Amino acid sequence: MSTTDTKRIVIEPVTRVEGHGKVTILLDEQKQVTEARFHIVEFRGFERFVQGRPFWEVPVIIQRLCGICPVSHHLCAAKAMDIIVGADKLTPTAEKMRRLMHYGQTLQSHALHFFHLVSPDLLLGFDADPKIRNVIGVIEKFPDLAVQGVMMRKYGQEVIKATSGKKIHGTGAIPGGINKNLSIEERDALLADIDQQMEWARGALKVARDYTVENLDKIASFGSFDSNHLSIVRQDGCLDLYDGNLRAIDAEGNSIFDQVAPKDYLNVIAEEVRNWSYMKFPFIKEIGPENGWYRVGPLARINTCDFIDTPEAEAARKEFMAVTDGKPNNITMAYHWARMIETLHSAEKIQELLNDPDLQGEDLLVTGERRDEAVAIVEAPRGTLFHHYKVNDQDQIVMANLIVSTTSNNEPMNRAVRKVAQDHIAGAAEITEGLLNRVEVAIRAYDPCLSCATHALGQMPLIVELYDADGGLIDKKVKG
Amino acid sequence: MSETITFTIDGVKVQGAGGQTILQAAQDAGVYIPRLCAKEELSPFGSCRVCTVLVDGRPQTACTYPIAEDMIVESDSEQVAAIRRDIIDMLFVEGNHYCMFCETSGDCELQALAYRFGITAPKFPYMFPKREIDMSHPEIFIDRDRCILCARCVRASRDLDEKAVFQFVGRGPDKRIAVNAESRLVDTNIDVTDEAISICPVGALIRKKGSYAVPYGQRKYDHEPIGSDIEKARKAE
Repeated sequence: MSTTDTKRIVIEPVTRVEGHGKVTILLDEQKQVTEARFHIVEFRGFERFVQGRPFWEVPVIIQRLCGICPVSHHLCAAKAMDIIVGADKLTPTAEKMRRLMHYGQTLQSHALHFFHLVSPDLLLGFDADPKIRNVIGVIEKFPDLAVQGVMMRKYGQEVIKATSGKKIHGTGAIPGGINKNLSIEERDALLADIDQQMEWARGALKVARDYTVENLDKIASFGSFDSNHLSIVRQDGCLDLYDGNLRAIDAEGNSIFDQVAPKDYLNVIAEEVRNWSYMKFPFIKEIGPENGWYRVGPLARINTCDFIDTPEAEAARKEFMAVTDGKPNNITMAYHWARMIETLHSAEKIQELLNDPDLQGEDLLVTGERRDEAVAIVEAPRGTLFHHYKVNDQDQIVMANLIVSTTSNNEPMNRAVRKVAQDHIAGAAEITEGLLNRVEVAIRAYDPCLSCATHALGQMPLIVELYDADGGLIDKKVKG
Repeated sequence: MSETITFTIDGVKVQGAGGQTILQAAQDAGVYIPRLCAKEELSPFGSCRVCTVLVDGRPQTACTYPIAEDMIVESDSEQVAAIRRDIIDMLFVEGNHYCMFCETSGDCELQALAYRFGITAPKFPYMFPKREIDMSHPEIFIDRDRCILCARCVRASRDLDEKAVFQFVGRGPDKRIAVNAESRLVDTNIDVTDEAISICPVGALIRKKGSYAVPYGQRKYDHEPIGSDIEKARKAE
């Protein structure tokens, strides 16, 4: 056995996130954190799978890389294929059906994350017994809230089914438009429940808001750090989850770039490869890899946008921004509050769209002059999603590049882990449950989808291993 | 007028015309016998074997076997279903059939047969053959991953379109559909309106425009199993 005091702590896999990841924390002789890394250990393959396939298959194939927010990939690929077929402006029915699909997805994905994955930490406490700190514990102690989570997820899935044909992996969006409109029966079935959804979304927003405000002292520094923020916004600066141009701001709210068209993303974003993770590290070119990393997702979106075009979410945004005096909010745990603002926004948008007669229109498709390259961006539930394709003259995909939101949040998640490790693990003589939970809680705030980021599936028991500097196993714990 | 022949399918007496195959006579009588290579407008071929029935106790292909007086045909039995299930299963594992993103999903006869026979996953090991896609033509493409070598396109192009665009090359597991020109579909005289394309029972021959245009719920086999149209005719009588 080695006698060196340097230690390596491994948390593998990280639980209650989508997919399979592992954390390693290196301690020096004084048991201070020297390095903390969030590894993505799955293999990524979809960018290769689609090569050689007809371009119109891509929106249907590519969404299969995830079962949680496949609609994001479906819509992002469809938007790219709109460009390929020369459909520069969709019909109102097509655009609004796609938007409805997207808001349905955001609602269900955010609800799943908040009610089922995160609420055990917030409602039962980080240090609660892991035997009860799970969704079953929430069901026992807060049954109404648990049921709401299930029912909101179900509603979002019904919206997706009505717009894409299936709850998971539908075919609705096709190059140049959509393959169906919303029937009166489908509309009325969804309208019947929307008021209830709004009510539950308000309730969830209150839980997230109250938790953040009441625990501000405790969570303000928890896994927090200053960072840049990136998202797409509408031309007038409004929050828009489906379409817009890129905007990046720094931790103080100063503009780094604004209204950069999706096709020009490579002018402002680059990706760095590190040898210990399958996931790449994107950064803002102008600033460079050292400091150019940025956050995406609900927190970044609420920070970057100038306003929200639905009244209740806008009121909530103003309250959210007031906490940091109108400056960007850099508190990692504030992701949950931001996420619930977007949940309410999605419910408001669904209500607005369901009352729009354009959804019963018959004009579904447009085409134009064929192109051979396309970049599209949507705001997926977890953040900005880039799809970039090249197509040959025989209609085959020859290049695909995806930057998924979890990839953009890669460096921030590593920073969060390092911050938590430094604050809570350093100097500790052994691995405690609460210690490790805090690392997971910080990662979970980003709602990472590791399947998506590396495009594979994984099992999720938790293994924690403590190594010395020579790789000798000192301690090991298994749960799950 | 041809003579009337009386025979028995699954214990029921059926009358057919002389010269008819079992499959044709059964269909006229409202009895559905599963098939993939057989098509009314094409000459009998007998390659897929999905229409296998027992004739006087021996396995035969219903699409090629002529009816005869007092013949005893067994089609709707567990023994025959097991044979057909295995054949369908082998057709799946012999190619690369990814129903989840195939644009023919919901309209595919192979997939519809699998559903009818309750096949959720193949029991034989996948062969994962390496097959080429031909995207050269501006309006049509061949995805050989999905080809089941039924030869419908070969016969339709020759007999209905009078062109002979398609043919088979290779033997055994290397057998594949090819075109009669140099090597690419674009070099042939195929036309987007040719019968040879629409007659494909799977997603091997596809017109490039209009993919996924039919939403879930409106595809051919979304609501009723394959063969229901034939069986309904019998019930209506």
